[in-house]
Amino acid sequence: MEHAGTLSIAGLNKQYEVKGQALPVLQDIDLTIEPGEFVSIVGSSGCGKSTLLRLIIGLEGDYRGDIRLNGQRITGTSLDRGIVFQEHRLFPWLTVEKNVAVGVLNADLTEAQKRETVREHIELVGLKGFEQAWPHQLSGGMSQRVAIARALASRPDILLLDEPFGALDALTRAHLQQELHRIWATEGITMILVTHDVEEAVYLGDRVVVMEPRPGRIRSTLSVPLPHPRDRASAAFAAVRNAVLHELGEHGSAAAGPLLAPARAPAALDLGTWQFAV
Amino acid sequence: MAVEDQVSVWQRVPRPLRGWVLPLALLAIWWAARAFGWSDSPLLVSPAAVWHRAVDQVGSGALWQALSASLWRWGWGFLIGSLAGLVLGALLGASRWAERLIGPSFHTLKQISLFTWIPMLSMWFGLGDAAKIAFVAMAAFFPVVLNTCEGIRSVPREFIEVARVYRFGLGQLLVRVVAPAAAPSIFTGIQLSLIYTWLATLGAEYLMASGQGIGNTLIDGREHFWMDLVLFGVVVVGLVGFVINAVPVAIERRLLAWRDRTVARY
Repeated sequence: MEHAGTLSIAGLNKQYEVKGQALPVLQDIDLTIEPGEFVSIVGSSGCGKSTLLRLIIGLEGDYRGDIRLNGQRITGTSLDRGIVFQEHRLFPWLTVEKNVAVGVLNADLTEAQKRETVREHIELVGLKGFEQAWPHQLSGGMSQRVAIARALASRPDILLLDEPFGALDALTRAHLQQELHRIWATEGITMILVTHDVEEAVYLGDRVVVMEPRPGRIRSTLSVPLPHPRDRASAAFAAVRNAVLHELGEHGSAAAGPLLAPARAPAALDLGTWQFAV
Repeated sequence: MAVEDQVSVWQRVPRPLRGWVLPLALLAIWWAARAFGWSDSPLLVSPAAVWHRAVDQVGSGALWQALSASLWRWGWGFLIGSLAGLVLGALLGASRWAERLIGPSFHTLKQISLFTWIPMLSMWFGLGDAAKIAFVAMAAFFPVVLNTCEGIRSVPREFIEVARVYRFGLGQLLVRVVAPAAAPSIFTGIQLSLIYTWLATLGAEYLMASGQGIGNTLIDGREHFWMDLVLFGVVVVGLVGFVINAVPVAIERRLLAWRDRTVARY
């Protein structure tokens, strides 16, 4: 766990000015993420989950409250924090190898160390042999792997993922989720995944944070007490997923997706009684 | 077989050669018109006469003198105009402040037809090379400014954010993100200006007639009613234009190989 970091968010508020009026986007966010933890954040669109990630990475500033990584208040971007966006955002004029090297361009490493790091990370994401390929020659899934390699190359303490697989087809998505889990396990890094895919959130997360919109708040946090590898078809998995869906649905959000909305509220999460829920 | 019957003469011509059919046919008609005496107008000299004139022009060094004078003006005009265009275009593209200050004046000036400037330029600089180069430089200037400005302004915000995430400095941002992202558009501007400047070179020589140049060769031909010289001049101008157009296309293909043009492959 050499690169893991503790992220603590306390009393975070963020608002935008729209035509002279304050529009709250995030309200009273408190969240602590332990080193090496994988936290998924789900919520309907407009709940501010992407804004939260942009604040943590440092692309947005001007907030009230505190965001600290390893006790240090976050101001601006830093190589300690990596991010993978929904679109791969590779530079089309650079090969795979050079795109990954962008991640360590300003890292405190010698040229030889940089080359070695780039090689390692291309291998880590399973793209050995594609070093000289151009982005336009890659599939969506491969491009996202390169983006992950680029984000990890500087060995950040924490990796943020903003709906990284949202634009991929279902098969590729499932495969990359597996791969991401493997990378998380081998690197021992702290990860935060923002997604609207509840199944993905439960499959990967140690905890799932459910957010609600207008203004964006944390509604609840559910832990996922399932061992890896997780079986999406198992009853226990379905139980957690349904609990998350229930949390999302309780607030009457139309964007909550394939909402099952059981008539009775689950008083406590009793895995046994949820066997036939789907 | 009906289908085989329909294979016409046209379809037997190999595809790359089909573009040659029309000019060769015209050449044949031109030759025939003279050879069979369909016309003996002095406006219609024979291809052979043009050929002899070409041999004479090349042999006597007259072609080289005229061509080098024209290419010299063209080269300097292009260089000065496109460099100035790159600077102003980058400024307008990168700075809102510059756009607000200079933009309106520039967009008004560019509406004025290029040839309108000739009287003013010749009053300022005379009829010599200075005026001609100034005119050529103006022809290079406008397309480069517009395309450079557009290229820099349309660098995706997403790429700028990636640069921020990886802590790029200003120099790194400009060299590694802005320049390559804007390159295709800048290249389009330079390509346009290469063509415009060659047209402008001829225009300048024709309208500010003094000294030597291909434009002056054409004037010579007209004044002495040497149709063969006029036609020869037209062929040379066309060939030079063809080369000027082909070279940057080849360079661009190499330099911007990362752009995938053949979408059809997917």
